[in-house]
Amino acid sequence: MSKRKTERLLGLVVCLLSTSRYLTADQIRQAVPGYPEQDELFKRMFERDKEDLRDLGVPLETGLNHPFDDDPGYRIRQQAYELPELRLEADEAAVLGLAARVWQRAELAGAAAGALLKLRAAGMDAADEQRVPQVIEPRLGTPEPAFGPLWEAVRDRRPVTFSYRAAGRSEPQRRELEPWGVVNRHGRWYVAGWDRGRDDTRVFRLGRIAGAVKFCGPPGSVTVPDGADVRELVRDWDSAPAREHTAVLRVRSGTGVGLRQHAVSVRADETGPPGWDLVTTRFADVGSFADYAASFGPDAVILDPPDLREAVIARLKGVLA
Amino acid sequence: MSAVTSTERLQRLLALVPYVVSRKVVGLAETAADFGVSERELVDDLNLLWCVELRAPDPYCPIDLSYEGGEIVVSQAESMGRPLRLAVDEASALLVALRMLAELPGLEDRSAMSRLIAKLEAAAGEAASASAQVAVQVDLQGDGTASLAARINAAIAAGRRVHLRYYVPGRDEATERDVDPMRMLVVEGRPYLEGWCLRAEGMRVFRLDRVLALTVLDQAAAPPPEATPVDVDQGLFRPSPDDVHVELELSAEGRWVAEYYPCESVTDLPDGRLRVVLRTPDTGWVRRLALRLGEDGRVIAPPELVAEIRDAATAALANYVVLSAAARRPPAQTACFGAAV
Repeated sequence: MSKRKTERLLGLVVCLLSTSRYLTADQIRQAVPGYPEQDELFKRMFERDKEDLRDLGVPLETGLNHPFDDDPGYRIRQQAYELPELRLEADEAAVLGLAARVWQRAELAGAAAGALLKLRAAGMDAADEQRVPQVIEPRLGTPEPAFGPLWEAVRDRRPVTFSYRAAGRSEPQRRELEPWGVVNRHGRWYVAGWDRGRDDTRVFRLGRIAGAVKFCGPPGSVTVPDGADVRELVRDWDSAPAREHTAVLRVRSGTGVGLRQHAVSVRADETGPPGWDLVTTRFADVGSFADYAASFGPDAVILDPPDLREAVIARLKGVLA
Repeated sequence: MSAVTSTERLQRLLALVPYVVSRKVVGLAETAADFGVSERELVDDLNLLWCVELRAPDPYCPIDLSYEGGEIVVSQAESMGRPLRLAVDEASALLVALRMLAELPGLEDRSAMSRLIAKLEAAAGEAASASAQVAVQVDLQGDGTASLAARINAAIAAGRRVHLRYYVPGRDEATERDVDPMRMLVVEGRPYLEGWCLRAEGMRVFRLDRVLALTVLDQAAAPPPEATPVDVDQGLFRPSPDDVHVELELSAEGRWVAEYYPCESVTDLPDGRLRVVLRTPDTGWVRRLALRLGEDGRVIAPPELVAEIRDAATAALANYVVLSAAARRPPAQTACFGAAV
């Protein structure tokens, strides 16, 4: 951190806030201490300072005082700069405190803390933020490194490219996406949008993005179509299919709690060997139910349907292969 | 303080002036605490603000303040009397979190929530619009979990002990236990009950979707003094030194394992395969995982577990030879079970 830079930036903000006229770069250089003598150096430093202020959300305006002026000038309109009047009741501040803690240690934690600071600066009592008896503590993590750049891309409406390893594929593929939104579902982050290569909407799981996410277009170049619902896109992509098939299993007595929990019927198997129950249950697809049934090992035996039984046997043989 | 960048400090300075202005007079200690800095850092900030000078057209100092006797007063704030408006990231962080909170069961103060969302949206203006592009859905599978959450919240509010029938999938076991509920957690979109488990004599975290039954008892909850909630920010599940090291090799089809379970290390192998190391106090679930993975996942260590998995698979296969052959019933009868539904 450079104290001189902080001082210079602070001076720049105060200077531009207190003027109603546009000030040229030269006038600013006269008014704000800390800029170098040499023109080229000044120009570069001033450019960087403007960018820093814009990154902070300072509404820096460019314009001309007279239509025939040569150089553009700069100012910050008080009204555009200031947080509007915002009075929070004690109970609202309490909910706000809870909301700010949601992101602790996650990508947007800094942003949440920054917002709290501004609201305290606007007069909110920090003591009120702790007032909710902490019987509920929600947390959101963003362990996926892709979250930061994708959130920026969504916020600034920029297209991105990344390499993506789809489920079960051994090699990642390059994708180009116009991101419409990020969604957390069942604790995982997804990005949904328009896949330029596939010419269709697509949903990607952030955890399967390999390597860096790169911008491939300027801010504002992505248009989110009216009525696009990213939540719905992700829900459709991820939702469990209907359980429309029926399986019959033998389950060893006293075991298979998970299998019995969702069973249609459980009955003692009078015709079979002792120590087993006959369980009838519904399932959605052979592959994933075979995975599940195989996980019970010697405590469950599929009787029907035959393709399910074969699938389980194949997994068990796979273990021994 | 060295970790703070110039722009981060600038943000703090821009907030500091209106913070004092809105309070008229405020103590150094209180201010330092609210800004998360030491009193010394705060005094540095105040001095810096006081020293700001503009040279043209006439030299003047726009900010005048004092902090004599530990009380800060700003007597001249120029145009810095109000905080900077919320940036897009800041508005989004709060609004996304609030909309998620609004979906949670059992949060009593819904009116404060909606008033706050409306106020923030109004104050943030355009900056609020990007937050619509981020959504968080809390995992409440069906009404069952929501009503369970409501009953747990009621039990916490009334200070009552509960009896749980709780499924432990790793051991395929339904356990019975009395728990003094202390709070609800929602971590990674999944709701949990945290409380003192009388059976384990320790703090435990229970996933709501694994609670098979819950009864609120007449007894008052009486967690012992050592019952302190976990620090959620350190993660819910922490490895212990007694944990077993398990090494697995996964095919490209089995890579999802690394996404679903917290792994200590993940190493890429050729052909999209992975080697992962996990630590767990209970290897039961790893055995079940290996059976489900078949040839898409192979446990390499420890050797006892490797043997256990082979034995389980062998026994299971033997069942198919003996049981399903001996008890193969006419198809009509099997269909009968389906029809009885």
